[in-house]
Amino acid sequence: MELFNEIIQTLLSGVSIGCIYGLVALGFVLIFKATEVINFAQGEMMVLGAFIALTLINVFGFSYWAALLLATVGLGIFGLILERLVLRSLIGEPVFAIVMLTIGLGYFVRSSVSMVPTWGTDTYGFTTPFTDKAARYGELVLSWEQLAIIFMTIALILILFAFFRYTRMGVAMRATSQNQLAAVYMGISVNRVFSLTWIISAAVGGFAGVLLSPITFVHMNMGFIGLKAFPAAVLGGFSSIPGAIVGGLIIGVTESLAGVYLPIGWKDVAAWIILIGVLIIRPQGLFGIQEKKKV
Amino acid sequence: MPLLQVRNIETYYGPIMAIKGVSLDVEEGDIVTILGANGAGKSTILKTISGVMDPEKGTIEFMDQRIDGMSPDKIVRMGITQVPEGREIFHDLTVKENLMMGAYLRKDRSETQEDLEIVHDYFPVLKARSSQLGGNMSGGEQQMLAIGRAIMATPKLLLLDEPSLGLAPFLVKEIFEIIKRVNDEQKTTILLVEQNALIALSLARIGYVLELGRIVKEDTCKELMENEDVKEFYLGVKEESIRGSKRWKRKKKWR
Ligand SMILES: Nc1ncnc2c1ncn2[C@@H]1O[C@H](COP(=O)(O)OP(=O)(O)OP(=O)(O)O)[C@@H](O)[C@H]1O
Ligand SMILES: [Mg+2]
Repeated sequence: MELFNEIIQTLLSGVSIGCIYGLVALGFVLIFKATEVINFAQGEMMVLGAFIALTLINVFGFSYWAALLLATVGLGIFGLILERLVLRSLIGEPVFAIVMLTIGLGYFVRSSVSMVPTWGTDTYGFTTPFTDKAARYGELVLSWEQLAIIFMTIALILILFAFFRYTRMGVAMRATSQNQLAAVYMGISVNRVFSLTWIISAAVGGFAGVLLSPITFVHMNMGFIGLKAFPAAVLGGFSSIPGAIVGGLIIGVTESLAGVYLPIGWKDVAAWIILIGVLIIRPQGLFGIQEKKKV
Repeated sequence: MPLLQVRNIETYYGPIMAIKGVSLDVEEGDIVTILGANGAGKSTILKTISGVMDPEKGTIEFMDQRIDGMSPDKIVRMGITQVPEGREIFHDLTVKENLMMGAYLRKDRSETQEDLEIVHDYFPVLKARSSQLGGNMSGGEQQMLAIGRAIMATPKLLLLDEPSLGLAPFLVKEIFEIIKRVNDEQKTTILLVEQNALIALSLARIGYVLELGRIVKEDTCKELMENEDVKEFYLGVKEESIRGSKRWKRKKKWR
């Protein structure tokens, strides 16, 4: 029983951190599918989201839910500005140049955060409706902070799923990522699709940052978790929302199991070992599809 | 004033001039065809009209308004929709979603629904395969999907780039019958680009012959079918009477 509870708790913490990896991976995938750019500043979207929520809650006395909503929307606006001011002028430049730019952007965001008064380089926390709460089933204790991450991730995925499936703009975004030229022939404005892609990815990043805050606390380097979301995205095939989430879950759970049952050090390489293993067997990733074209 | 008036357009791929001063008119309600061999510049003309490429020189007027240099989505909004060469359907969208993308710019939901039924009536296979992925359709079905998708935009002017490409003869016939019906029933004006001169000339009323980026001949299709050069070089009819003048020696006169 003891062991069973331990395993369940380990899995729970793995799944909850996996959800975060999955959300960040999803941000990578959305932008990559639309523009073939990998946005290495995706982790910094989390940092910004977390700091915005922190300020709203601790300084302005907002509720957790209002702060979550505003941080998400705020990052969406940040994504829009970023696309309009910086990325749009780079359309047509080599992809690697834009990728380098996103790396620079990550640095820029981190150092800006460290210079904002009251933000700086310290570690902060805020209380949430789930702080210090747990669901108990006899001996089994499940932390609400972790359960909440899972439920909120599911909620966000359902919203995104419905958007991409049932709304005209959502279908148009999928269409554009499949065949940009055809989208142009349909009268779809590719610029608008790109804007919206950055808006959604940045907003998802901000949302993930707020979710992650109770686990890792708020710090200018919390975005480095994006480094582990990258193998999650590759694992999922870099092509679909479910792929990104499943990739994130696999990495999160493996890492958490390795942290408990393997010698120290394995935790940090577990993600990469899994990734290499999967890529040897399925180079296109778990959910990746080989490109096919009818003539 | 014709619905579409193209005047002296020149279009480049980098330093390569693909269209060398083309002019053409398309009257409202008409079916007009451009014939030409591979590389003549047919697709380039259509791309220039739909705004995917901008002409370096010349003007394009549609419904008395300059459209050269406009962005493609504005041109679609004005009523020009192109069925691109090679179908260009959305592989990972369902057939229904593909069709609805044709109606992307439309706001009138109930009419859009009616038009979906019209398209299903033209191409029953698209109704039967409504939830199948576009990429899993056969080449012929994809061509129908591409045409159906364009009809969903209810354009005033439909640009068709080689709809017969890669299709079996009976399917070509079927698709061209539907194009004729769209012209009759939806009052859609059609500009058709083809290598299959026989079927294009029998469908269209006016024809232009394009060679190396220039229009070399313009006439009613009836006349073009009788033209010696068209017969020999586009319809593949051999003149038996001229003994001694070998095929490769014969020069086109375009008179
Ligand atoms: N992307 C491109 N880059 C450079 N040159 C191009 C490009 N596309 C076409 N061309 C050139 O422009 C000319 C016209 O091409 P276009 O595609 O319009 O011909 P087409 O009449 O449609 O031929 P086809 O019947 O083979 O489709 C050709 O000489 C072609 O080589
Ligand atoms: Mg062509």
